[in-house]
Amino acid sequence: MTIAEKILARKSGQAKVGPGDLVTVEVDTVVLIDNSFTASRWREILKVRDPDRIVVVFDHRVPASTQDSAAAHRTGRRFVQKFGIKRFHDVGYDQGISHQLVADHGYALPGTVLVCSDSHTCSAGVFNCIARGVGEPDVIYSAIKGETWFRVGETVRYELAGRLSPAVTTKDAFLQIAGTHGDHATQNIEFGGPGIAGLSIAARKTLTTMGAELSAEFATFEADDAMLDWIRARRTEKSAQPLEAVVPDKDAKYAAVRKVDLAALEPLVAFPDTVIENSKPVAAAAGTRIDQAFIGSCANGTLDDLELAARILKGRRVAPGTRLLITPGSQAVFREAARRGIVTTLAEAGAVVTPSTCGACGGGHLGILGPGETCITASTRNFKGRMGDPSARIYMASSATVAASAIMGAIADPREFIN
Amino acid sequence: MKFKARVWKFGDNINTDLILPIQAFYLPAAEQPRYVFHANRPGWVDQVKPGDIVIGGRNFGMGSSRPAARSLKNLGLACLVAHSINGLFFRNCVNFAFPAIECPGVPEAFDEGDVAEVDFEASVVRNVTRIVTLEGRRMPSKLMDLVKAGGIYPLLEKEGLIAPKP
Ligand code: SF4
Repeated sequence: MTIAEKILARKSGQAKVGPGDLVTVEVDTVVLIDNSFTASRWREILKVRDPDRIVVVFDHRVPASTQDSAAAHRTGRRFVQKFGIKRFHDVGYDQGISHQLVADHGYALPGTVLVCSDSHTCSAGVFNCIARGVGEPDVIYSAIKGETWFRVGETVRYELAGRLSPAVTTKDAFLQIAGTHGDHATQNIEFGGPGIAGLSIAARKTLTTMGAELSAEFATFEADDAMLDWIRARRTEKSAQPLEAVVPDKDAKYAAVRKVDLAALEPLVAFPDTVIENSKPVAAAAGTRIDQAFIGSCANGTLDDLELAARILKGRRVAPGTRLLITPGSQAVFREAARRGIVTTLAEAGAVVTPSTCGACGGGHLGILGPGETCITASTRNFKGRMGDPSARIYMASSATVAASAIMGAIADPREFIN
Repeated sequence: MKFKARVWKFGDNINTDLILPIQAFYLPAAEQPRYVFHANRPGWVDQVKPGDIVIGGRNFGMGSSRPAARSLKNLGLACLVAHSINGLFFRNCVNFAFPAIECPGVPEAFDEGDVAEVDFEASVVRNVTRIVTLEGRRMPSKLMDLVKAGGIYPLLEKEGLIAPKP
């Protein structure tokens, strides 16, 4: 069995599962977000299975940007109070985007199952677990019953090899995969191979997070010591069971095994409206005038991203007529970036560094695009209308490419700024 | 569950931001359907009739967890048949009791405006206009039962686990 199949088998109490099966699994962690508490969506829960398995996060519209988001937050706080939920991320010190917080706090453990009503929940798969975005009714069901269903799909394995060159990131690796292989609907993605050793947890997390854009069921990394140490350093319930990595069986069956040579990658850009078979080398878009540049989201709001942007922007300025918005993935990331002087570098270059929120990524607040505008974004989605007006054009690239483009006021190759 | 109606055809990778755009995202559920395909097919919601069927290509419903499937249901559409359906969108079809069938080859078998006959339980899709019959991937019976029962919320409500709709 593949990693996903093994976890699904164990969590559904079966010896073996395979593609085509429908399984009912125990859910270890249920993450609820602010959107779920909006009046048009929330259904009041009367009973929960175990409040200690629940995490509540306000991220899509924080601090509250409208009256109805304020009302949703109020509903959420009442829910937290009613059931005595300890892991609560309100506006303030513990604020952040749910998927970044799961990483910051070691909420996802190898071999476990985590669900949240946000599509990029697959992000947590970096921790060798089964994590999936589900619907609101599913999270409510999981919070109440402690279980959910999954369809078991085939697995595609990506064998990473080599080391990334400077100014090239795992976002480019994603754009390469999406550009070449398109969607992975109904399939799981498994990442492994010698190349993962050279990737930080943040860099790996970009890949699992972007699994949602491939319509993958799950995106899961093999475990290594770097990942296990990351969790050990952050986990608070020390008494809990020891961490146990899940490895694929030698005879695991894959729909495909594909090699990705990290050393051979170059900066790529996805053209507007979709990432599916829509990536080109940055040269193909270079020179395209941009109104806005954005670095943030659950995929690219990590400390790595901010640091990379600062390296490129240090001593330079954002081009007149272009706005550069940078949103850390969590307030913890924000604080660490501030401590290291990264925030100052970015602000001195003319970037607007916002508090942690989904913000511009979801087009909900803080950086909405106007009619006919062009944006280059290091976030998760470039769908038509995603970040504001449907006539806006959204290119997607790495944080390095976005930072370089902000300096030029037009899409630019980051290798000209870093070597 | 059997449906017979005209079909509306959509291409590959239809995403949830097209079905439930951000402008509609925070509106009351009843007002959201007005914005379906507002960016890529303005005016469509006025043409579509209750009971009509949507035919999709690959990866229908890619994107977010937002209740976009609920908007298709509330628009009065009978069901969705697509070559493949994004897993999260498929979940929300089940959650909100909107019958959905994955049926490889369906985009080639239909032109817009053809009449389809869909047998949801048997997962059989027929083009009445062109006399073509296709068999889709059967929805597991456990999920089919959930669709027939009206989705997750009525179930939880009946068990007294969530409060009745305000
Ligand atoms: S940052 Fe963007 S993609 Fe991530 S959870 Fe927020 S809105 Fe969704």
